[in-house]
Amino acid sequence: MASKTVQLEIKRQASPDAPAVWEKFELEWRPGMNVTSSLMEIAANPVTADGHATTPITYDSNCLEEICGSCAMRINGKARMACSALVDNLEQPIRIEPLSKFPLVRDLQVDRAVLFENLKAVKAWVPVDGTYDLGSGPRVFPQQQEVNYPLSNCISCTCCMEVCPQFNEETGFVGAATIAQVKLFNNHPTGKVFKEERLRALAGDGGIQECGFAQNCVEVCPKKLPLTNAISDVSRDVLIQKAKDFLRS
Amino acid sequence: MAAPRIIVVGGGLAGLAAVIKIAEAGGSVDLFSIVPVKRSHSVCAQGGINAAKNLKGEGDTTDKHFDDTIYGGDFLANQTPVKAMCEAAPGIIDLLDRMGVPFNRTPEGLLDFRRFGGTLYNRTAFAGATTGQQLLYALDEQVRRYESEGKVKKYEGWEFLSAVIDSKGQARGITALDLRTMELRSFPAGAIILATGGIGAIFGKSTNSVVCTGSAQSAVFQQGVYYANGEFIQVHPTAIPGEDKLRLMSESARGEGGRVWVPRTQGDKRLARQIPEAERFYFLEEWYPKYGNLVPRDIATRAIHKVVYQNGLGIDGQPMVYLDLTHIDRATLNRKLEGILDIYEKFVGEDPRDVPMKIFPGMHYTMGGLWVDVNQMTNIPGIFAAGECEYQYHGANRLGANSLVSCIFGGFRSGPIALEYARNLPAAEGDGGAAAELARQAEINGKLLKNEGTENPFKLWRELGQTMTEHVTVIRFNKGIKQADETIVELLDRYKKVNLSDRSQWANTSFAFARQLKNMLELSRVVAQGALLRDESRGAHYKPDFPDRNDEKFLKTTKASFTGDAAGPRFEYEDVDIQYIKPRPRRYDVAK
Repeated sequence: MASKTVQLEIKRQASPDAPAVWEKFELEWRPGMNVTSSLMEIAANPVTADGHATTPITYDSNCLEEICGSCAMRINGKARMACSALVDNLEQPIRIEPLSKFPLVRDLQVDRAVLFENLKAVKAWVPVDGTYDLGSGPRVFPQQQEVNYPLSNCISCTCCMEVCPQFNEETGFVGAATIAQVKLFNNHPTGKVFKEERLRALAGDGGIQECGFAQNCVEVCPKKLPLTNAISDVSRDVLIQKAKDFLRS
Repeated sequence: MAAPRIIVVGGGLAGLAAVIKIAEAGGSVDLFSIVPVKRSHSVCAQGGINAAKNLKGEGDTTDKHFDDTIYGGDFLANQTPVKAMCEAAPGIIDLLDRMGVPFNRTPEGLLDFRRFGGTLYNRTAFAGATTGQQLLYALDEQVRRYESEGKVKKYEGWEFLSAVIDSKGQARGITALDLRTMELRSFPAGAIILATGGIGAIFGKSTNSVVCTGSAQSAVFQQGVYYANGEFIQVHPTAIPGEDKLRLMSESARGEGGRVWVPRTQGDKRLARQIPEAERFYFLEEWYPKYGNLVPRDIATRAIHKVVYQNGLGIDGQPMVYLDLTHIDRATLNRKLEGILDIYEKFVGEDPRDVPMKIFPGMHYTMGGLWVDVNQMTNIPGIFAAGECEYQYHGANRLGANSLVSCIFGGFRSGPIALEYARNLPAAEGDGGAAAELARQAEINGKLLKNEGTENPFKLWRELGQTMTEHVTVIRFNKGIKQADETIVELLDRYKKVNLSDRSQWANTSFAFARQLKNMLELSRVVAQGALLRDESRGAHYKPDFPDRNDEKFLKTTKASFTGDAAGPRFEYEDVDIQYIKPRPRRYDVAK
């Protein structure tokens, strides 16, 4: 009897300008397989299902336990982390494509630097005076910590941006991940010193008003961030800030 | 005089800590990292960070933290730097708190602490069970702030290949490879700090991330830096076995009351919950009544091996034991451990709040590393090292939640010292050796790309991982270690026939991997041969044929240096600094 196998179809592109092609692979099934272990298997034996030699697949990965945010890709049409995509839970053939909203590098690897640039634009940090010993930090009650901690769990995978209908070149929308970080830092007793600047950064084109409330972001987030709550809260704060700025001018 | 540029390689906790201190002191930094720094392996740390803040009224002190660390490390760590680290730890926690790390809190709004292995005090601050992620983000945010001020330039997606060393033997910069364009370049610097993490990949599957190959450490080792205590490898008692990696199940699960057990009867087929209390063997609690489930990792790992392989009591005859949290209420579990419980649920498909987890030990941490002096500088002037890639803080076994503090402390120390060193460094003669080093690297790259042969680098790597895991982890026999070393030599020979199935010059991951593999192989010999030579048992290094610690012969730091000979590295031994705490027998069945 033939042993159980796993069928994969992977979208390949040798460089940003090269044509895209689909390659099929057939791997021996093993218990506990996931998409990253399958890609590793192909690297060790880079041969397509019809026996043609090919190249190992280029993709981002690092921790393999869904905490570094590297291996986001589209699997059976859904943006998700490849490491936690267990083969046994996926319909076959498993179709794997790169994220579609970011510049393609090669195969399944894309360039997601835009998120890190967005984090700079909203000053997503607490401006400490220095790293020398200045005693303990501000008191934070557990109730506040329980609001902030989930927001701080964002792994920058960009799945929320991939699935957002408003995240595209036309709108220049920053996306849900950045907005959640604005809420996080505006909540912090010291971080809120930049609250107004952050809100103004989200007030213009590409800012928070681009959100169409499709709610795809919150559904796709692998770390279950309360993204739509964050967008509502920050939207309200941006409007208040706009009103204040208007009255002051 | 303009501030000299400092190169930091690695963007985990140690690297980012160094960057922050340099930028704060007015220096400029070029920061190199294979992955965007926010995706570095430090994110995988789960349970917490140690500091004797004594916020639980237990009378904890930094001296007790110091003693626990030295004792836990079986007296192999030099005591002066460990003492300094333990004394600095409370201040580091305060700083992280000020930076906005969402640590768990007490009802009064103060930092909460929990217990970890190898101590009887609640000394571990934590942010749920994703403390490493939260700490890394805090430092990443500070570095982003300096980046936006122009003090830091990031080279993300670049891989360090080698140090540039001038004719006087001083570091003058690095060579690195752009993993996208495959461009090879040299970068000048007044000093370089390596903060390149652990070497899990030489064991194939481990709890480490993909980038933790030890390639950078091995590269500078082959350029003349000593590698110290390579044989000390921590195998974490509780990992989830997997196809692509061994996923860590944090010690904090036990810190919060998790219990390790197996059925008392061999081959018991009942479901865990059907097995009554009296028929469960809580072997850690029975064997180590004082510390129970929170014995240090080397002890717990060997106990699990014994129960599985000697007593034949693994669950369903498999190499697995239960880690049980089901007696703790869901709300508490979610508040303190949600991150790791979600990981288990996602990868195993069972909810650990309802069903005991099935776990087994997995390679986890590299105690050894690049040899450095108390100033974090290696024996090559201008090459510094900080974090897991150096050897200083953990001796023969690291205590849980000491890694995050050692990474940040080492990074904080190395940054200003490297800057000071670079400020006093006379200008380089000519290019400082950059062109020659670049040519050497270009030749290696060219040869590899054109190489004809039949060996797949990923397959060679699997074989390396298998032999290292079999012979050079928990239980070590000299015969097996010799066999592992022979296998490595054979793999080095087969490496000459390595054939890249991809010869392109754009985002070629096989090429980058093949380069790392050569370095992994060279470093594996340091680990295996170091283990072979150390005929004693100490901390994580355990030889049944030499079951006792032998201070007379082996209370020494192992120092390996590269020879390029077929026989492998050269070994010498250095006395350990034991000026504060006199070595005493290490046992955990009773209070120290």
